[in-house]
Amino acid sequence: MMRFIPVREAILGSAILILIILVASRFAGFVEPSNLANVFNDTAPLIILALGQMVVILTRCIDLSVAANLALTGMAVAMINVAMPELPIPVIIAIAIMLGAFMGAINGVLVWKLSIPPIVVTLGTMTIFRGIIFLISDGKWVNSHEMSPAFTGFPRTVLLGLPVLSWVAITAVIVFGIMMARTQFGRSIFAVGGNPHAAVYTGINVGKTQFWAFVASGALAGLTGYLWVARYAVAYVDIAGGFELEVVAACVIGGISIAGGIGSVGGAVLGAIFLGVVKNALPVVNISPFWQLAISGSAILIAVAFNARSGRTKGRIILKSAEVTQ
Amino acid sequence: MTETANSRRIPDHLTSRATRVFKSWEALLLAVVIAIFVINSFASPYFLNAWNLSDATFNFTEKAMIAFAMALLIISGEIDLSVASIIALASTAMGLAVQYGAGTPELVAIGLTVGLLCGAFNGVFVTILGLPSIVVTIGTMSLFRGISYIILGDDAFRGYPSSFSWFGQGYIYWVFTVEMLFFVIIAVIYAVLLHKSNFGRAVYAIGNNPTGALFSGIRVQRVKFILFLLTGLMSGVAAICLTSRLGSTRPSIASGMELEVVTMVVLGGVNILGGSGTIPGVVIAAFVMGLVTFGLGLLNVPGIVMSIFIGLLLIGVIALPRLWVMIAARRKA
Repeated sequence: MMRFIPVREAILGSAILILIILVASRFAGFVEPSNLANVFNDTAPLIILALGQMVVILTRCIDLSVAANLALTGMAVAMINVAMPELPIPVIIAIAIMLGAFMGAINGVLVWKLSIPPIVVTLGTMTIFRGIIFLISDGKWVNSHEMSPAFTGFPRTVLLGLPVLSWVAITAVIVFGIMMARTQFGRSIFAVGGNPHAAVYTGINVGKTQFWAFVASGALAGLTGYLWVARYAVAYVDIAGGFELEVVAACVIGGISIAGGIGSVGGAVLGAIFLGVVKNALPVVNISPFWQLAISGSAILIAVAFNARSGRTKGRIILKSAEVTQ
Repeated sequence: MTETANSRRIPDHLTSRATRVFKSWEALLLAVVIAIFVINSFASPYFLNAWNLSDATFNFTEKAMIAFAMALLIISGEIDLSVASIIALASTAMGLAVQYGAGTPELVAIGLTVGLLCGAFNGVFVTILGLPSIVVTIGTMSLFRGISYIILGDDAFRGYPSSFSWFGQGYIYWVFTVEMLFFVIIAVIYAVLLHKSNFGRAVYAIGNNPTGALFSGIRVQRVKFILFLLTGLMSGVAAICLTSRLGSTRPSIASGMELEVVTMVVLGGVNILGGSGTIPGVVIAAFVMGLVTFGLGLLNVPGIVMSIFIGLLLIGVIALPRLWVMIAARRKA
């Protein structure tokens, strides 16, 4: 049994449970299934993005452009919807995913082919993507009355008691869970992050793996872009501003090592849910929402200090100076 | 692999100092500055005006003060993403003190102290607990600004004493601002510190090989701790200048500035992975960013579009030389 529930995830899971119980002890309404479903639905975009960020961080990179990618894709699909209201939703979703993946690929190529440090690349593309939103939209908003009902209605459609947005997040978690554990790509991601030199010797192309990690992260950001814009029924330049750091925070709280190679899908999901529960619990227990930023900051510090303490088993470096050029 | 190693041309003389200077990153940046300057003076008739140019310096002086300390930190292999939040917290503390009737000297002391304390907080987590600085400072970035939000909410602090406005609005002589003076002094101090002192050599050594530095007798953790203190202190100085210039404090003050500071440092030729970089490079990068934003502003280009240029500049200046090397290598093969 212990094999399936790793210690770190168990601790984080219990922390979330205790948090929910504490809130429930004062406000029983918080644990009503409908409210918990609401909290989950509210956290769904963060969960989806955290999965993509997890893959990138596992390969020793970081993607700071996810929120800008989300906003640009959201604006693009919103404008497409305004121009062509009869375009079916599956086509819109396909466009969103491809556009997002394309932007991820730009990051990936710069990291893979030019070996520019990922933090520099994504800092740059982050500002560029945000700027492009302004260029294509002229700084204007796309409001709910301009979007077609089908466009805004899709993420809110209730299927088997949960909105589609939640189902998308659940599907993404399952797909990524299988991908990380059961596919060659998933295992090579861990190999690249764990020891790039050894990964080269086992025939894994480090740069290419990082490229596909960025594509995956970009595709998820694109998908979330549509869901976000449709759910809030508004698109403008600054949507999801600063969200990239919340996504990184979810990963860090979830025990994904920023040095790469260590982490799990369960961790990323729990990290995102932790932040989501905190965010939704604050107004319930009558704490000003202005506390949220400081609380998530402290959570990051506690989580990283805790993870470093538990994971201090240093391996010996056997293959020291392999060529990582290919 | 062996073939390329054998065919590597071994030069029979060292490149002369002039060639090295000419081929350096700083020379390239300087050419970019001159090009921007010339293009701007043709593009707008208002560009070549002493007062306009003086106003333009506000675009970069505060960021550059932090960028110098950040450059040392990045050269040593660490990073501090919490600088903008330190500004917010220091500014909030000063605003709070004003409500209790603090005067200008107290305000300056408070700003600097809060900066130092925040830097020390980061430093403790990174050097004593041994945590990765990027994660720690993403955490403190939320924490410091979060405290500002807790204190201020959606309110603002105003009513700074009139003598306090000297820092951000004062002029030393003709068009030369007080901030410009600070910028020059701080640049000189950091240039000497990095390029002419033992401490500076230690910073490079740590960035290139922390273990090697430790074995050669450098107190690696202590040096890193001092660098975090310096970055905090500089954020305090920037907070004083910015608060004085704006005359009010909101919790969203200086938001996003950390990324502009890092952009400035990287643009200045500092290796984001640590180990190399110069202060003159950062100074020129500050001018590049300042002149680009100012010139585009005169042409009525909105701020967000300017950020596209900054982003392209950041990626372009790193990508182009690498592309060049790749193409040259391919042509040879």
